[in-house]
Amino acid sequence: MAYLELNNIYKTYGQGDTETEVLSNINLSIEEGEFVAIVGFTGSGKTTLVNLINGLIEPSKGEVLFKGQPVQGTSHERGVIFQNYSLLPWLTVGQNVYMAVKEAFPKKSKKELNEIVANYVEMVSLTPAINKRPKELSGGMRQRVAVARALAMKPEMIIMDEPLGALDALTRGNLQDEILNIWEQDKRTALLITNDVDEGIYMADRIIPLRPGPNATLGPEFKIDIERPRDKTELNDDANFKETRNAIIEYLMDIGNERKSEAQEAYVLPELEPKSFIGRFK
Amino acid sequence: MGLGFLGTIKDLFTGKLEKEDFISFLRKVVVPLASILLFIGLWHMGSQSLYNIEAEFKIEKALEDQGPAAAEALRECIASGESGCQPNTLPSPSQVWASYQSLLRDHNIISADKAAFIEKTAVLNEKRIAEGKEPITYTGRPSFVDQIFRSLKTVFAGFLLALLIAVPLGIFIGLSPTLKSAFNWFIQIFKPVSPVVWYLLVFMIVKTVLIDSNEDSSFTISFISVGLCSMWATLVNTAMGVSSVDKDYINVAKVLKLGSFQKIFKVVLPSSLPLIFTGLKITLSVAWMVLIAIELLAQSPGLGLFVWEEFQNGANDSNAKIIVAMFVIGIIGFLLDRLMLTIQNWVSFDKTDAI
Repeated sequence: MAYLELNNIYKTYGQGDTETEVLSNINLSIEEGEFVAIVGFTGSGKTTLVNLINGLIEPSKGEVLFKGQPVQGTSHERGVIFQNYSLLPWLTVGQNVYMAVKEAFPKKSKKELNEIVANYVEMVSLTPAINKRPKELSGGMRQRVAVARALAMKPEMIIMDEPLGALDALTRGNLQDEILNIWEQDKRTALLITNDVDEGIYMADRIIPLRPGPNATLGPEFKIDIERPRDKTELNDDANFKETRNAIIEYLMDIGNERKSEAQEAYVLPELEPKSFIGRFK
Repeated sequence: MGLGFLGTIKDLFTGKLEKEDFISFLRKVVVPLASILLFIGLWHMGSQSLYNIEAEFKIEKALEDQGPAAAEALRECIASGESGCQPNTLPSPSQVWASYQSLLRDHNIISADKAAFIEKTAVLNEKRIAEGKEPITYTGRPSFVDQIFRSLKTVFAGFLLALLIAVPLGIFIGLSPTLKSAFNWFIQIFKPVSPVVWYLLVFMIVKTVLIDSNEDSSFTISFISVGLCSMWATLVNTAMGVSSVDKDYINVAKVLKLGSFQKIFKVVLPSSLPLIFTGLKITLSVAWMVLIAIELLAQSPGLGLFVWEEFQNGANDSNAKIIVAMFVIGIIGFLLDRLMLTIQNWVSFDKTDAI
């Protein structure tokens, strides 16, 4: 039995004529301890897929099974790192993390909770900024707070929705390493949603492309057989890496082009004779 | 801080002003001062010409009704500045200033009188309290400054009432779409009702409720009317703020599995605080604005009643006193607005300077 299982998931929004099917026939199974990346274009329904798995929304058809049980609402077992950080701006870094920890471990004393907060803030190296508010932090620091908040709840599975999408390339690289380190420490199951193929290959055991929506569905999976720990600079010369990367990009480009040609067919311009204005204005 | 311009003036006197700040100093201090002077100049000329029109008309009328001798006497009387025959029109800035000073003098006299009264009755009052009787209180005429404080008291009581009604109600309406549709018609219909009508409505109710009481109910009526009149901005803003909390924050609350109590107090309320405060700011300024009209109707002591009594009084300096009251009302309104802005900036997580 897989750790997380998605069986024949369909998700539609709207009703009647305006009904659009965002996800159709999604099948996915993730084993315990695995790191899976789903790669797709922006607007292809990735966030919808994430929200289905973390329990924020329900599928229109099909079922999401977590450890064999259907997912009903959110759970502390599945930690979420949101795309746009989603930190509460009126709380400090420490308070943001504390709020999550307090909900996850309601029986612990205040002192124990504060220790957990301090540990995780230290882990993302933000201890000097623990009393700052999100507004005073850079994008990378904010995302690190979001990482600390999600991990401090000690979830069994981490779900990341384009966690590094809004960051610059250098910060992105650092945070990728940080997330990998944390993941390797206690081998939690991880699901990463991203639009960056390189990021997926660098971090994941398996990459599954998402064919863009409407009617988004998962494509064939690509196994990444590169030894961990992976080195970013060496990776560029790795034949295996290049091959996988090219295969995934080719696949994505192909479905991208397919979409484009479909779209072109849909908008055939009517044949019109331009009116002649010669001699009309005297 | 809402009083940033004071800092610039302080810098000027402490010599901290850099040369680069000179232009900003010109813009922030010199231009407003110049425009104030211009305003006073225009006011002076305007009141002068109104005075002349009124005087000419009076003399003309005397000439028609009573003949040339009376007209000449009147002309001399006006020129001599005797108070009995002065034209009654817009007072000039200097007259207003003189009235202001006379009001202050009046206040000092009344305060001294009051202090003397308290001193005189202190021993007697102690005895009366010991005997279980009511102490004798000063019942003399309130001074202008006393009226200001009465008005502030009314406005704060009304504001507090508005806050206590509108904020909780707004939260409930914002949280529940059912309550929202139940209350929507109510809000839409009662929001535009004029202060005068609110006063009459409150009067009808309070009069009956307090039918057995011998106390003067004018204060109660006026503060309730002020509160009901001004609470709408807060009610609407609170409901809007609560119902339009960023979806990301709601998702966080869901993922952390916050209970509904926690969700309201840790996520919904903090995130709608800026809008609630914008509403409260509008409420306070509306409260101060309608206060004058309501005090006037309710005969409740305060600036509104002061203005009305001066108008009815029709004494020589009544018009000038009304203008003094107008400026005092305006300045206090401005200060209240700044006060709210300061509190808003202090409370709000969003530190961008609100206007």
